[in-house]
Amino acid sequence: MKRGSSRVRGYATATVLVLVGWQIAASALGTRALPSPVDTARALTAALGEDLLRHLGVSAWRVLVATALGLVLGAPAGLVMGRSRRLDAVAGPLVFLAYPVPKVVFLPVLLVLFGIGDGPKVALIALIVFFQILVTARDAARGIPPSAVLSIRSLGASRRQVLHHVVVPAVLPDVFTALRISTGTAIAVLFFSETVAGTDGLGWFIMDAWTRISYAEMFAGIVVMALLGVAIYEALEILEARLCRWTRAGAQTADQG
Amino acid sequence: MAEVEVEGLRVTYPGAAPVVALDGLDLQVAEGEPIAIIGPSGCGKSTLLLALAGLIAPSAGAVRVAGESVVGPRMRTALVLQDLGLLPWKTVEQNAGLGLEIRGVDAAQRRGAVSRVLDRLGLSGFGHAYPAELSGGMRQRVALARALALEADVLLMDEPLSALDALTREDLQDLLLDLWLQRRHTQVLVTHSIEEAVFLGKRIVVMTPRPGRVAAVLENPEMGERTYRATETFLHRCVALRRMLESEGALAHERMDGARAEA
Repeated sequence: MKRGSSRVRGYATATVLVLVGWQIAASALGTRALPSPVDTARALTAALGEDLLRHLGVSAWRVLVATALGLVLGAPAGLVMGRSRRLDAVAGPLVFLAYPVPKVVFLPVLLVLFGIGDGPKVALIALIVFFQILVTARDAARGIPPSAVLSIRSLGASRRQVLHHVVVPAVLPDVFTALRISTGTAIAVLFFSETVAGTDGLGWFIMDAWTRISYAEMFAGIVVMALLGVAIYEALEILEARLCRWTRAGAQTADQG
Repeated sequence: MAEVEVEGLRVTYPGAAPVVALDGLDLQVAEGEPIAIIGPSGCGKSTLLLALAGLIAPSAGAVRVAGESVVGPRMRTALVLQDLGLLPWKTVEQNAGLGLEIRGVDAAQRRGAVSRVLDRLGLSGFGHAYPAELSGGMRQRVALARALALEADVLLMDEPLSALDALTREDLQDLLLDLWLQRRHTQVLVTHSIEEAVFLGKRIVVMTPRPGRVAAVLENPEMGERTYRATETFLHRCVALRRMLESEGALAHERMDGARAEA
């Protein structure tokens, strides 16, 4: 509880700082390209009354589905690669060949394959998250101390039980870290892909406002996109606190000691 | 209760340059007997324990526990490794009950057994703590709790106390002795410490450097009381064991090991 309220206070302070800085910058520059927070708020309220919520929904849907897909495909693949030397020998080089390639360059290919709807955007983000999670899960699974596995095997654990009691929990904190890092990339790629093709989503909303020289509306879109990022990040934090309680337990004793 | 028999055990680790860890090792541990195994680093002590636990298949020879050939993990054999094998993501209760959980004992029964064992080991009230929140001595107790919850009749331990400070270590040695006196399980303790071997081993098995086999056995029938440590017999036994180790060329290694551990 304490942690939660101090977090809220932190966010409140940061918001005030950003708003003040924004106001100062807007007054100092005196350009239409940087509307004041008040003008933006007004545009935001107006846009929310029209179709901004719909665009937010479309974008949130895309990024969530894509992240879930990347996670569901990447984590098990990484675990298997990390625990099976034979499979790793085959799949490892493939992965490391593909990992450094910026996946964004495949957007045109995906557009050709999936049209201009949700398909290519979801596929692109999922691809990026997939590799991030795959590589993290693989390394984490490899790093599990052999003694942890020996101990549980001496208790008669089957392969499935080793996976359930040791491998999955061991990689979970690392997977969450990778997820949080991917979120930033995912939203950036979402913006980019929505500006390239299609007629919906926050990326499209922002660029559309830009072409209409409606800068307050454009900033309203930027604010909503930022909030989407914060919301996903926070959701991951809460989920991690729930699922990886022991990592906080260790940190607490370290603090005390 | 169960006796342990090892006959002509040979264990080879495969690879580009195969390593023979154990060769022609013979060992008999009577039902309910506590023995200690001591020897230079790399003499295959840990390999021997893994073979007894059914986690390594012999390349040659035989391992039998309670008259049955060991081909895999056995229900009532408990293994405590040097780093204890506690899972950081499980609470004390869950760690202690892990063996029962894996064997499919239902949650209610598990809770009963685990809480009895935690009580016995002075851990009641810590059931919901994570290992990271405990001291080294308490973690050690959790590892023992797991073994006791299984009602193990063979307890295999690989330098379980080596990470503890001297006082906690004696405390845990006393606990191990008490548990053995009470339960009379067959116990194989691998240790680097001469005093620990003499305190906890009714027989002390000295192993040769790689490939490991039994070099000598020191009878130590007087063990079995906490006060043994303060007796002259104990000191003489320690000196005798030290001489045996010296003649095996083990002590030079041991000193280097100690220096590394302190560094």
